[in-house]
Amino acid sequence: MTSFDARRVRADTPQLNRVVNDRTITYLDTAATSLQPRAVIEAMSRYYELRHANVHRAVYVTAEESTAAYEGARDAVARFIHAPAGSNEVVFTKNATESFNLLAKSWGKANLGAGDVVLVSEMEHHANIVPWFQLREETGVEVRFIPVTNDYRLDLSSIDELMRDVKLLSITGLSNVLGTINPVRELSSIAHRHGALIAVDGAQSVAHSPTDVVDLDVDFLIFTGHKMLGPTGIGVLWTREDILADMPPFLGGGGMIADVSTEGYTPAGGPTRFEAGTPPIAEAVGLGAAVRYLEGLGMAGVMRHEHGLTGDALTRLAIEFDGRVRVIGPADTLDRGGVISLDVEGVHPHDVAQVLDQFGVCVRPGHHCAKPLMRRFGLAATVRASFGPYSLARDTDVLIEALGHALKMFG
Amino acid sequence: MSNLEDLYREIILDHYRSPRNRGELAVPPATRVEGFNPLCGDEITLYVELEDGIVANVKMMGHGCSISQASASMMGSAVKGKSVEQVREQIRTFKQLMTVHESTLEHDGEPAKVDLRALGELAALQGVVKFPVRIKCAALAWNTLSQGLDELA
Repeated sequence: MTSFDARRVRADTPQLNRVVNDRTITYLDTAATSLQPRAVIEAMSRYYELRHANVHRAVYVTAEESTAAYEGARDAVARFIHAPAGSNEVVFTKNATESFNLLAKSWGKANLGAGDVVLVSEMEHHANIVPWFQLREETGVEVRFIPVTNDYRLDLSSIDELMRDVKLLSITGLSNVLGTINPVRELSSIAHRHGALIAVDGAQSVAHSPTDVVDLDVDFLIFTGHKMLGPTGIGVLWTREDILADMPPFLGGGGMIADVSTEGYTPAGGPTRFEAGTPPIAEAVGLGAAVRYLEGLGMAGVMRHEHGLTGDALTRLAIEFDGRVRVIGPADTLDRGGVISLDVEGVHPHDVAQVLDQFGVCVRPGHHCAKPLMRRFGLAATVRASFGPYSLARDTDVLIEALGHALKMFG
Repeated sequence: MSNLEDLYREIILDHYRSPRNRGELAVPPATRVEGFNPLCGDEITLYVELEDGIVANVKMMGHGCSISQASASMMGSAVKGKSVEQVREQIRTFKQLMTVHESTLEHDGEPAKVDLRALGELAALQGVVKFPVRIKCAALAWNTLSQGLDELA
């Protein structure tokens, strides 16, 4: 077994050599988007140099290669999340947001009406809130929220009551603001005990820990390529083969049909039913390369590495700033990922981020597309630093140096 | 750090730490108008009281970054006692400042498009132009005031 080495990942990632404001960048914005290793960039560029053709259509060699590359990426993604029926359960979308819209507008519209409830939580990304509100306008389904406790965890004290009439529990695996890791296995068994299905937003989790959909016992898993070292423009909806078979088509057009006449159409079966039009082929190739790269690193090693960095950062932030920099999220590393939201005393998040930029530090100020959560904690915005497999303790050194400067400047 | 010091001039930090014209005015006689920056969550509620076509009083509430707060604070002091026409002219000048790159202002021999002296301490905000994403922060209070004057007209 090879041991995980973040310095090697760093050497593999060209953008980490970028110099801004006379300093090599310190990239702490992986929760917004990850940086790509050379293996991903080269796989996509090789695809365009040698094998580009439309998929599923022609019989010439490059078209067959293109189809094989696209479907090979689907196989790789299925293996990565341990999908029991393999690639037949993996639908490619544009991003996680589109995956949620597919879930709501296809499965949701067919299965959720007045009197039914979809249960989400206060710590969800807007992608797991707005499509449900849109469905509510259409079908009258109720959207209910699991509250978040003062120590930034799901409040499951009244969960049996909250589960009344719930048909779908749709919940994030790892909060993109708080870093909280939710107890997905426990939530699956709660949902199933109440006769509901469970969907998990894996956008922040799949690139940072091993994922096994059978072990988690979930019914839907949603994630996006660009947060897992892959390119933008490709996302995934995984669901069990039997659920997928009953889901009505989403977007209509070429590629998603079995037959079309002047009378009507018959949709195709399997994932292609949800992939109308020419799909993002190069992006799928890039995602396949990202998945293989992550497998090469070993997800258990990635998780241990980021866990160590997070613990170190939380400790140093507490010691260094004596309460002037408050962590909005769990203070210890138990069930916690490498997403660290900060409230800096007397300094607005946009000003913090502006000062950090002068040190080459890339962080994200704002509401992180989680306004209900911001309201819950009476915040307009936070500054969020987040780790990836290429992060090192020296990134935390620069973050702390820059935060100290921001405090001095505005204090 | 020279860019940063250009953006965060001492006078801006001073207005951020001790904002002027904070508070509310009775409506009526004052008019209340709200401004909002959906991208970063900055909010301002502006109270403007006119007497015989003169801005007799301005108060404001809200929250935001140092640039938006300082710009609002300085704006309040700049427009008080001015006629509506003069205020509209100030708004135009300020918007010009936010669209002209600094090099045009400093370039020898070329006529400056913006009269910095007319802006008084507001000229301190010229460093914002180098940071395009922050221009909307500086402009929030001014756009809100402009909207308020339109409603009064």
